[in-house]
This record gives sequence, structure tokens and C-alpha cells, in this order.
Amino acid sequence: MQVSVYRYDPDVDEAPEMRDMSLELPEGKDLMVLDLLERLKEQDPSLSYRRSCREGVCGSDGINMNGLNGLACITPVSQVAKRGKLALRPLPGLPVVRDLVVDMSQFFDQFEKVRPYLINDQPPPAQERLQSPEERAELDGLYECILCGCCSTACPSFWWNPDKFVGPAGLLQAYRFLADSRDTAGAERLRDLEDPFSVFRCRGIMNCVNVCPKGLNPTQAIGKIRGLLVRQGT
Amino acid sequence: MAALRKMEFDGLIVGGGGAGLRAALELAQSGLKAAVISKVFPTRSHTVSAQGGITCAIASEDPEDDWRWHMYDTVKGSDYIGDQDAIEYMCSEGPQAVFELEHMGLPFSRTESGRIYQRPFGGQSKDYGKGGQAARTCAAADRTGHALLHTLYQANVKGGATFLNEWFAVDLVKNQDGAVTGVIAIEIETGNVVHVASRATVLATGGAGRIYASTTNALMNTGDGVGMALRAGFPVQDIEMWQFHPTGIADAGVLVTEGCRGEGGYLINKDGERFMERYAPTAKDLAGRDVVARSMIIEILEGRGCGEAGDHVLLKLDHLGEAVLNSRLPGILELSRTFAHVDPVRQPIPVVPTCHYMMGGIPTQVRGQALTQDDTGQDQAIEGLYAAGEAACVSVHGANRLGGNSLLDLIVFGRAAGLHIEQAVRQGISRRDASESDLEAARARLARWNDSTSGESVAALKRELQNTMQASFGVFRTEEHMRKGIETLKGLRDRIGNAHLPDKSNAFNTARLEALELDNLLEVAYATAIAAEARRESRGAHAREDHQQRDDKNWLCHSLYFPDDERVAKRAVNFQPATVPVLEPMERKY
Repeated sequence: MQVSVYRYDPDVDEAPEMRDMSLELPEGKDLMVLDLLERLKEQDPSLSYRRSCREGVCGSDGINMNGLNGLACITPVSQVAKRGKLALRPLPGLPVVRDLVVDMSQFFDQFEKVRPYLINDQPPPAQERLQSPEERAELDGLYECILCGCCSTACPSFWWNPDKFVGPAGLLQAYRFLADSRDTAGAERLRDLEDPFSVFRCRGIMNCVNVCPKGLNPTQAIGKIRGLLVRQGT
Repeated sequence: MAALRKMEFDGLIVGGGGAGLRAALELAQSGLKAAVISKVFPTRSHTVSAQGGITCAIASEDPEDDWRWHMYDTVKGSDYIGDQDAIEYMCSEGPQAVFELEHMGLPFSRTESGRIYQRPFGGQSKDYGKGGQAARTCAAADRTGHALLHTLYQANVKGGATFLNEWFAVDLVKNQDGAVTGVIAIEIETGNVVHVASRATVLATGGAGRIYASTTNALMNTGDGVGMALRAGFPVQDIEMWQFHPTGIADAGVLVTEGCRGEGGYLINKDGERFMERYAPTAKDLAGRDVVARSMIIEILEGRGCGEAGDHVLLKLDHLGEAVLNSRLPGILELSRTFAHVDPVRQPIPVVPTCHYMMGGIPTQVRGQALTQDDTGQDQAIEGLYAAGEAACVSVHGANRLGGNSLLDLIVFGRAAGLHIEQAVRQGISRRDASESDLEAARARLARWNDSTSGESVAALKRELQNTMQASFGVFRTEEHMRKGIETLKGLRDRIGNAHLPDKSNAFNTARLEALELDNLLEVAYATAIAAEARRESRGAHAREDHQQRDDKNWLCHSLYFPDDERVAKRAVNFQPATVPVLEPMERKY
């Protein structure tokens, strides 16, 4: 198997390059892309990438595989390789720290901007706050986000305006709290989002939905925020 | 050596998982200058992989539920070497800690009345074992760890602690008085080495399941805190006690929550027999994890395993129906389809006992301060050092942890450590100094790797270590195999001490991190091996074929492994709960 890997060490390399590595794959076993990376790293320990849980819940190993963003640990090689070839690149649009490792500060800045925590101005009761199963169901498809960054780095609007457009991951979080029956800061949350960039730079092209490894739908969440903003404006 | 950059804090937490983040929140809210060093962005910590839930007597499913029943189950589950004062503290403080998480926004699943949903888990009972199966595990579907970790991180975004994300703690700085004054750490992105000094240092570095070849643990669970403590000469407690989770996906090692059996799933052998009925007639598939794991291995060894090689058994869920599986176990459906290539709606999942949890760790007081023993065998607090969560052994799990008790451990004792440090700092613990030579000692290991010019590769040595532990210190243990394992580990200690780091670059050098992690794996593996050989009985997860009975006369105690002279001492178990009668050891039956 031919694997072409994006390599860049800022201390040594003037510019990044795609470097070819070859690998014998075991017969009759479909490896995940992360397994393949681990084998490549045994050949060349200087290859750097993030990884941890190897089961698709920690969100460390978002990378670009033959053009498609996803998690290396839950993407079978057979699903992305074409004619025995596979190109592995860092997530697009963010500064590269080294090899497949990107600097995610812009991504996390946008996450923090939406105040991603429950705000409730009432003193908490002695037990839990009550929430009906139906109210809780509103959070399904939102709270499961693992902050891997696959969606925002697949989004052209985020590429152009990573400082001003919150991006699909941040907006999914924003809606997760807007949708929570226990949160009392809805009005302020919406006010923070009503400028022309934060939400409205979304053009609905749905790259985010296409790549989300958890099967979430940020575009839909963004649509709901727009709906709330429009209703609030009238 | 060049002058080191230095940072100073009141409280330093190493590890950004559940215990670390809960401690950080407490410290930040108290207005102290607190920092968290985490080798990954905090929401990537292994707490995120916890599935089934957090066990706690909040009396939602059963209004009569009582934390003392939870305490009874936990003491029994521990095979009576859990400390009863610590278990009492965890079970009684638990409800408050869980409600706090809910107030922070944790998206728990709900009952019709709007309260937190609770499901049955293994080893749970009502009325001190007399009232049948309890349902005490609070759940957010089967993603409770993810929900908990993200909620705690979110609270910390508001909270104000300093986060040193993607920093790697190399070693503790210990001064001439034996006090811990901080750590030497690497800022991973740049490779810069920094001295992070603190009045108090909390090791919340999680477990070390990667000492085994087959584990549910994340790749980064390499026992960094335990390794650091051992290298500093501090003891570890009950480190021979490793939990093998009954249901890891065969081959992949990925965890399948006990919640599957809580919701009504059960294990079958190749004859389709629900074999747990033979081993645990009352609790069946919800017996203690150690009991279920051993039963599965016996089924496999006696030729009733499934698959071509007969090397696993099956977890049957299809009878629960698609609707229940979709709402209660959506993550399991996903993992099974990805890693076992089966759809649990129609087919059973191939599972096998897989290393899951380290019951042992750094011995601590209930309030989190780390302990050693003086020359007369009395407990002695280590100045400046604390531990919480899986890295610590407080000890609430003893010889076998109950499902759902680890998340509770994290938040209750993370919070307790934060409270204790706050109090200690307010009372004016002074900042302790470290000399140049103390700092140099803490950098020696890093220097060794950086100066290496030839030697064996990290990856090959790691594999050998993991295979040795798997072969000699698994579910069943014997003297002969353990002796052989110890010899191999001794050889590995020399070889790892001479291994080679070929990549000396600075920016995000993960080869260097893996080399440093290998040292930690070795320390944990070696301590495990020596302590396992020393404990000549079977108790909880420690099952010896050559000593099959529990021996309360000689071993109703903690083991304490001292690294400097590789000695195993004994330490008394606490049998003095403050508010309830002591639970006397009994035969453990499910």
C-alpha cells in the first residue's frame, strides 16, 4: 500500500511536502487509518499526529484522508483508499504545528465565545433540576459533539473568517445550550450571535454534516438558531 | 544546564480528566492560583470513554434507596480491602456531588417524572444484599463519561484555572526534606522544558491499562503519575489489583458497557447457554466484574468459547428490541458496528475479558494527601503531594471496583482534594524551595533519552512489556508464570534504560513522549508484578491458581510496594466508618 503523508517540521523544513511511505497490509483484515499510522510511526518514529482513545470518542485524531475529513481511528482504510493509494493531510484551514498536527486555538476560541456552559440565574434546588424526557430529547444530536474539528475545518466560511464566523462546531454548542430547558440566558446568547458574521456566514453547503464522524447535523442547529434570531427580530 | 523557565502556582493539577477538572474547579472557585497540566486537550482525557454511568444513591428509581446500601455493595465488591471511612465518605457525599454536576448542565437521561435516570449495574443491591437488584447508576444514555467530562470542562471555561494544555509532566521535583515542590514539564508544541512550582501538586493522571496487550484503555493511559511517584521513591498500594472488564470487544479491546447487562442483555457460550446462571445463581450476569470475567475465561478454557478459535463468548442484546437499544445504548450500537462488524439489534457481540481499571495506585488520605510509611510502619503524609481518581488508591475499590463507582470516585475525591488544598493554603503552607540539584534530578530521565545515541526501539520494547504482562499477570495467576514474568521485566528494565530515541526534534515530538511514557509503563508493570507475586491468596481481581482461597488471617490488608528496595509491606485496611456500623468481612457470594 502506498501512503503519501504530509510532513513538516518547522525547525528543519522550509516548506511542507508530501512524502511517500509504503506498507505491507495484513491479508483479510481491514485496518483503521489509525492502525496504519501507528505502523508507519514504527517505521519512522518522527511522524507526528494526535491520537488517544482509538474508538472515536476523544476527538484527537481528526485528519484529512484522501480529501475527506474524519477520525483516523474509526475510518477503515478500505473506505478512503483509492486504487491502493491514500494521502493523509492535516485538517485544512488551520496553521500546521507539525506533520498532521494542527494548531486548534482558533477553533477553541470560537467554542469559548458561545459561552459553552449552562447559565441559570435561579439558585439551584437541593436535588437535581427537573427536566422531562421530551425536554431532554431536545439535546440529542447536540451534546454528543467531541470537538474533533472535522466540521469547522471542512467549512469554507470558517476558512475565510475563522476569527469572526463561529463555525459549525461552535454553533452546534451554542444551540445545545439554547435548546436546554434549564438554561435561562437564551436572550443574551442570541444577542451575542446576531451580528452579520457569527451565524450568518453559514451558506448552508453542509460540508459539516457530510464529515461529522458522530453523525451530527450542525447545519440543522444553525438553521434553528437563525429561526430564533428571526423570531426575536420581529 | 541552562536556566529553566519557572512558573508558580498555589495548586497544580497534573491531569485533565474527571478528577483533575473537578479539583481544578474547586481551586479556581476558591480564588487560588491554580493550573492544570494535561498532555491532551482536557476533553480528550480517558474519562470521555466511560459509558454506563455514575453510581450514586440519589433515590430517583427507588425513593427508598439509601447510601448505606451503596456502601455495603462497595465494601463487599472490594472483597473487604476497601477502606470503610473512604467508602462511607464517597457514598454519603455522592448525591451532593452528582446534583452539582446536574446543576452545571450535565445532560443526564431522565425518568418520566423528570428526575435523573438510573439503571441497574453489577454488584448492586437493596437493603444490604437482602432486597434484590438495585438500579443505582445515573446515566446519560451510554455516554456518561463524555457528558461528565465535557460538562466539567465547560464549567472550567467559566471557572478561571490556568490550563496548560498539551503539556507533559516528566517528573516530580522533590526537595531534600522529601517534600514535593512541583514538576518538570514539557510544553509539547515547542518542546520547551519548564519548571512548574506549586505549594501543592495533585496527581490526577488516570490509569495505566496500556501495561497489558489487550485493554479497553486509551493509548495514552500509561500511568504517568504512578510512574512519577515511584521514581520519586514513594510507595504504591494494592497495585496487583487490576480489573478485567468482562465485555471488551474481542480483538479490538473496545469497551462494551456493563449497562448492556443492566438493561437486560446477557452472556452466552457456544451452546447458547446463559452460563452465568451456573456461576452466580442470584445476580447472574450482574455479579461482580471479577466473578463474571473469571467465569468467561473458564468457559473458554473448557472448550465452550465461540468463534473458530473458541476464544470469546457472546453478549446477546437483540431481545431488548431496537427502540430500547437506540435510546439507552446508542454508542454501543455504533462501536459494535465499527469494531465488531455486528449489529446488536440482530446479532450478539463477541466479547472477552479485557484489562480495564487499576484499583491500586498512590495511597492517599480521604482528603487526597498522598501517604507513605515511616520506619515504624505508621502512615506519614507526603508534604506537597496529593492524588485523586484512578491514579490514587484512597481506597474505595479495594480488590475489585464496582461498575459506575469510578466516575463517582473522580468527582468526590477530586473535589475533596481541592477543598483540602484550599484549606491548607489558607492556613499558610509555605512555598517550599527546590535546589538546583533537585531540579537536575527531576530532569535526569529526560536528559538520558535526549542523549541516547543507539539502542533498541521504544515500540518493540513496549510490545514486549505488554505481552509479558498479558501472559503472566492476567485474569488467573500462578507463581511459576509470575516468576518468569518478573525475570523478563528485570531484563526489560535494563534494556529500556538503554533504549534509543532517534528523533531529538523540539516541535510536537510524540516519539519523545512515547519514550517517556514507556518508562512509566515499566514502573507500573514492575510494581504490579512484585506485588502480585507477594500476595499469596485469591481476593477480588487477584486470582491465584496456587492459592485459591481468600486468606483473611494474613492478607486482609493493603499491599504497599516500595520502589527503592522493591519491598512489599502491609498496611491496615480502615474498618472505622464514622457514622455507621462497621461491615465485617463475610464470604462473598452473588
